[in-house]
Amino acid sequence: MPKPKPVVIIDQKILHHCLIRIAHEIIERNKGARNLAIIGIKTRGAYLAERIAEIINSIEKVEIPVGLMDITLYRDDVQDKLEQPIIQKTEIMFDVRGKIIILVDDVLFTGRTIRAALDQIIDFGRPKSIQLAVLVDRGHRELPIRADYIGKNIPTSKDQLVIVKLKEIDSEDSVSVVKGKKIRDFR
Amino acid sequence: MKKRNIRNQKTKKLKSKHLLGLEGMEKQEIDLILDTAESFKEILMRPIRKVPTLRAVTVVNLFYEPSTRTRISFELAEKRLSADLVSFSANTSSVKKGETLKDTVKNIEAMKIDVVVIRHPSPGAPHFIARYLDSKVINAGDGAHEHPTQALLDIFTLREKYKKLKGLKVTIVGDILHSRVARSNIWGLTTMGAEVCVCGPTTLMPYEIERMGVKAYSKLDQALEGRDVVMVLRIQLERQKSGLLPSLREYTNTFGITKDRLKGLNKNFTIMHPGPLNRGIEITPEVADGPYSVILDQVTNGVAIRMAILYLLSGGEKEVE
Repeated sequence: MPKPKPVVIIDQKILHHCLIRIAHEIIERNKGARNLAIIGIKTRGAYLAERIAEIINSIEKVEIPVGLMDITLYRDDVQDKLEQPIIQKTEIMFDVRGKIIILVDDVLFTGRTIRAALDQIIDFGRPKSIQLAVLVDRGHRELPIRADYIGKNIPTSKDQLVIVKLKEIDSEDSVSVVKGKKIRDFR
Repeated sequence: MKKRNIRNQKTKKLKSKHLLGLEGMEKQEIDLILDTAESFKEILMRPIRKVPTLRAVTVVNLFYEPSTRTRISFELAEKRLSADLVSFSANTSSVKKGETLKDTVKNIEAMKIDVVVIRHPSPGAPHFIARYLDSKVINAGDGAHEHPTQALLDIFTLREKYKKLKGLKVTIVGDILHSRVARSNIWGLTTMGAEVCVCGPTTLMPYEIERMGVKAYSKLDQALEGRDVVMVLRIQLERQKSGLLPSLREYTNTFGITKDRLKGLNKNFTIMHPGPLNRGIEITPEVADGPYSVILDQVTNGVAIRMAILYLLSGGEKEVE
């Protein structure tokens, strides 16, 4: 059976515009960039976090701290996986206490990743608040979690995959949707 | 902005569901353990040094031999991962009443546990119980056979310092015959491409040690010439009653590591010791506490290595949707 072809929903230009809009919304909501810090979740959320931080920095002429987080150890399915995912480093080099944390991920789906990320952040200290920014909200939540900043709502069915590609590791910027089981097959 | 080196998200696993020894373990598997341990080491530096990963896992630490470092290190690793744990020492248990090892572990397993960490004076004890248990078994030292977590933490410590292990020249000095640390390190280090040689009194050198891929020396100065790492073994006072050594003083004079004897070593050399130290017997305090000594780093890294092993062995048996 031939592999289905992913349909591009967001191209490079729109992706960039989404991030600019999210950056502006963050500044608007928080009345500037004071006390802000950004934490990106593992591979692609981390790159998005850095991009959003750069945009905020250039608008507000500040240098907001950026952290990177691997949530593997906070997952709720460690014992259900046949193979353990490789653990990447968590690098939060600033004090989260009292900060407004913008948590960034590429796709919001069941909400379980975000649940794990919230637990992990709180283990680092008590932030003033945590807000969630995602590039894509694809629905199908299994937990009561919602995003504060959304690049694009993409209604999907459960047998579809949302594939986010970012220049930093995938050599292009795009978001596409395809029917399939494993994202790995389409990278 | 600083570019981060993020490895591609991949999943890999260890071949065996137990960690019984490093003999036959592949380089890829050792690399996986070391990489995982590196991430766990970062957790030990956090304000809250604990993650909820193994909440649902129960570990039993069975110690049939005394131990300070290994036991505390395992217990801390288990606690840092939020596992439940029970520890057991042979001299306060029904073992004193004559219960067999198999009965003991079968009974403990009947109380629903997931992982058994075992230290035992008989070589092969972990392998033996692994045959009868559904739980995962981790060898924390079996007689003079293997001590895989110790060797892994030694290898981790060396990789941390030298970045690569290939071609690293390592000399293991002391009682090779009774040393499980030496055996595990020989298997592990040679798999990783290091060049290992051993040195000690002929009475404490196993026959045909060369078949493990190492060179054996009976003269210390020869064994130290041009080497990067000296791994000093403990003279196991409890195993020396058999008259294999004329006297401890003679051992110290011939094989004791003193500052003078370090002259032939390469620049940026490292002194290691698995502990506990017999200060003034196999190593002088001056050397043990010197700037080139990584003895305490080994202990720190031990917790990270044991966390990595527990994590990697705790995956499921089959994929759950």
